[in-house]
Amino acid sequence: MNMKVNIAGVEWNNPVTVASGTFGSGAEFVDYVDLNRLGAVTTKGVANVPWPGNATPRVAETFGGMMNAVGLQNPGIDLFCERDIPFLKQYDTKIIVNVCGRSTEDYCEVVERLANEDVDMLEINISCPNVKEGGIAFGQNPKAAEEITKAVKKYAKQPVIMKLSPNVTDITEMAKAVEAGGADAVSLINTLTGMKIDINRRQFVLANKTGGVSGPAIHPIAVRMVYQVANAIKLPIIGMGGIATAEDAIEMILAGASAVSVGTANFYNPTVTMEIVDGIEAYMKKYSFENVADMVGLVK
Amino acid sequence: MPDKKKETAIVVSQEQIATDIFSMWIRTEAAETARPGQFISMYTNDGSKLLPRPISICEIDKENGMLRVVYRVTGENTGTKQFSKMKAGDTLPIIGPLGNGFPLEKAEGKKAFLMGGGIGVPPILELAKQLNCEKQIIIGYRDAETFLRKEFEENGTVYISTEDGSVGTKGNVMDAIRENALTADIIMACGPTPMLRAIKNFAEEHGIECYVSMEERMACGIGACLGCVCKSTEKDHHTNVHNKRCCKDGPVFLSTEVEI
Repeated sequence: MNMKVNIAGVEWNNPVTVASGTFGSGAEFVDYVDLNRLGAVTTKGVANVPWPGNATPRVAETFGGMMNAVGLQNPGIDLFCERDIPFLKQYDTKIIVNVCGRSTEDYCEVVERLANEDVDMLEINISCPNVKEGGIAFGQNPKAAEEITKAVKKYAKQPVIMKLSPNVTDITEMAKAVEAGGADAVSLINTLTGMKIDINRRQFVLANKTGGVSGPAIHPIAVRMVYQVANAIKLPIIGMGGIATAEDAIEMILAGASAVSVGTANFYNPTVTMEIVDGIEAYMKKYSFENVADMVGLVK
Repeated sequence: MPDKKKETAIVVSQEQIATDIFSMWIRTEAAETARPGQFISMYTNDGSKLLPRPISICEIDKENGMLRVVYRVTGENTGTKQFSKMKAGDTLPIIGPLGNGFPLEKAEGKKAFLMGGGIGVPPILELAKQLNCEKQIIIGYRDAETFLRKEFEENGTVYISTEDGSVGTKGNVMDAIRENALTADIIMACGPTPMLRAIKNFAEEHGIECYVSMEERMACGIGACLGCVCKSTEKDHHTNVHNKRCCKDGPVFLSTEVEI
């Protein structure tokens, strides 16, 4: 049985990674997860300089999920390269660095800095709903998405994954735009913008007023969008959005994702990624799939 | 190799000890290594409520492998409401112990204030039991429902404040210190933010070493989500900004390390 997948020329040992921002750079999970058994680790977004993030409360529970407005708190690219990359190099897993920024120059600076680092792929976050500048501003306009893709591709030495927002009218327009801009892969979906109100205090629950909704409650939306994008572009897709079980992951693969990211579920079940890897294997055995790649997009 | 995971604890007993305040003993492996001031993540068995509730440890019974948690039910349809309905024999998924806990060795041989307010009172009990020093326990409540008072009285000299003045000093824990002209050379405290702010200011004015147990909304409880940060005075080595994680770097901080 072959669990290996090839995403834009990079071979992962299996199709399971983690969604950016739900796993740090892996250090918090080493007591729970064997990082060698993840296809890739996708790091928390990193910018050119340290970002303090938003005020608290930053997180809230919602029905079947949660909301966050962390605001891309990160230690900056210098400390990241010095500490997080060497940490991850100890493991037999691919390293995907998630890159965030406020301007095109910010993104390009980080991508250029990473060109000489020993990392495998870059994921460009043009879809964070919780920061005022940059982030989603690049991810809701096809022209802007294409331009930023072109810009980062000029500096990138590693394959570039563009991470798409579901907070658009037609996600296939965005997928086509980043494909035209030269992206090597896409990942979707980022969180859906939501709002929660504390009726006793008559205030917003999150200090940021709005936050990104994630977790099992959004899974069907993510499956639908992965299916749509798979039918609109030729690039490999990393599917994510509410994956909490092997069944969810398999659904995503059948819809057209070549790999999957587990996000919010890491927060309430730190060993969930291991269960998902085992569950995909068991499914392949049960239905006699030789290669996990043979399952991709099987449901037309 | 990874050896931690979500564990299924068993409810041993549960009782209500005040309005909305419940006390539960659970049988769990977490009892082996738990320390005063640490917490456990408690999960409901309800698929719509996914995140853990971080609940402080009130008592540790290593011998019988049990932990006691005393928690407040925060409303209808909440996770804590569901916990309050659990009975002996029910299963409770947990992860823990989590967080750093109080530095007991710092208080050795000293004259200490152990201070708790509201639902910050319970973690002070195991602290009072384990500390080996002169213990002045100052606990603040809303009204005459002074839960855990008896247990505290077995572990030190107890001073009580109530907001309505029905028991002890009328006011808060700071008023109780003033009224009784108490002094200390170390403070350990858990309670609502305004109380911790007042204690931090008092400690720093008087040059007293002070440890506060902080709280903020959490998602993961293990340091990954960055939801529960508090402001730190120095740039934190992990975050590289002025933020510390309550769940992982805390919940107990030296008062001069954090801004409250």
